[in-house]
Amino acid sequence: MSVPHALLALLSDGPKYGLRLQNEFESRTGEVWPLNVGQVYTTLQRLERDGLVETDDGESERSRKRYRITSTGERELADWLRTPPDLVPPPRDELVIKVLVALQIPGIDIHAILQVHRRHVIETMQRYTQVKAAADEEDLALALVADAELFRLEAIIRWLDAADARLKQRPAPAPTAEPDVPLEPTDPMEVSQ
Amino acid sequence: MTSALELRQVSKVYGSGPTEVHALCEVELSVERGELVAIMGPSGSGKSTLLTIAGSLEQATSGQVLVDGVDLAGISRSDQARMRRRSIGYVFQDFNLLAGLTAVENVTLPLELDGIGAKAARATGLEAMQQLDVAAHADRYADELSGGERQRVAITRAVVGERGLLLADEPTGALDSVNGEAVIRLLRGATRRGVAGVVVTHEAQLASWADRVVFLRDGRVVDQTVAPPGPESLLAAR
Repeated sequence: MSVPHALLALLSDGPKYGLRLQNEFESRTGEVWPLNVGQVYTTLQRLERDGLVETDDGESERSRKRYRITSTGERELADWLRTPPDLVPPPRDELVIKVLVALQIPGIDIHAILQVHRRHVIETMQRYTQVKAAADEEDLALALVADAELFRLEAIIRWLDAADARLKQRPAPAPTAEPDVPLEPTDPMEVSQ
Repeated sequence: MTSALELRQVSKVYGSGPTEVHALCEVELSVERGELVAIMGPSGSGKSTLLTIAGSLEQATSGQVLVDGVDLAGISRSDQARMRRRSIGYVFQDFNLLAGLTAVENVTLPLELDGIGAKAARATGLEAMQQLDVAAHADRYADELSGGERQRVAITRAVVGERGLLLADEPTGALDSVNGEAVIRLLRGATRRGVAGVVVTHEAQLASWADRVVFLRDGRVVDQTVAPPGPESLLAAR
């Protein structure tokens, strides 16, 4: 979630104080993304430094400052809305690593490991579903935020299920008979040939 | 208190000798009224077998199935059939509504089969449809309804009258996510009014509406969720 852009969006219908921005941010994200007031002021300070927002002249105390979006800020917001988010996942997904590591450990029940994670993800999904179920049906923001989390978590379950099915199909690994010997360093000459 | 459904050491074996398949192995499960339980597991894990045995559509090879405390094996076939009509409601992926009947006629069919007069059955059927907010479709024919509407009517049919146990097999499988959610909200609403619900699914989003998720693997219960700590924990974790 880009807090700076969310704040710019909240300022696009008129000037506001920091505290009001915090309240509006939380209510519009269905309170699933809490934001502390310190974070709001630090972000506003940076936005002001970059010329994306400005304040009334002569007010130095942050809680009394009223912020308004500048035309540069409006352009920045419009550009950001149309810029695709980075869909490339982090280079090392912790869950994938855990499963790959587990595969290397002799005698480990990989299906039991997958199940521990499956249960944990489902329990987290149950909590988001509770949020959605308890919410007012008119609360569109909350439904959208909860759906986003639920679809993301569902993808993890689908990966776990697929991993489970793949691992069930694989032949049992042959025992490694080779004694562990130190590997010879690769001859750099060989590589260059 | 008597559970609405109790499975004690239930096993199911198909075939014999070298072709023997153990579909269920010593399954223990109890479901209370007001509770919605989801059964998850990969294809072939025994999910659907569990549901048909719980609903007495199929016999267990060994173990006991109790519906409202009554052991299904201990009663006659005709009593079993009566129990299926009166106490147990089924919902399938493909809705199973009769196209030549209106929605309310579909809902009242199990009541009329059970000997209740048409007028009284219609009144009960309409009341159930009102409770589940589908009364607007009452006099439309089943084949005039959308998939989501049909499934909502099918759920109403499954809980009409005195039914205390609702069994659903992939009830949202044929629906898009918004219609699927409307259907599961309805299932959940029905259980909140005191019905015990068991829903078999491989869809995590559907399962996450349940109070408890039971995981099956190779015919065995391998795990289940613990009661969720409540949505406020999502905020505290951040």
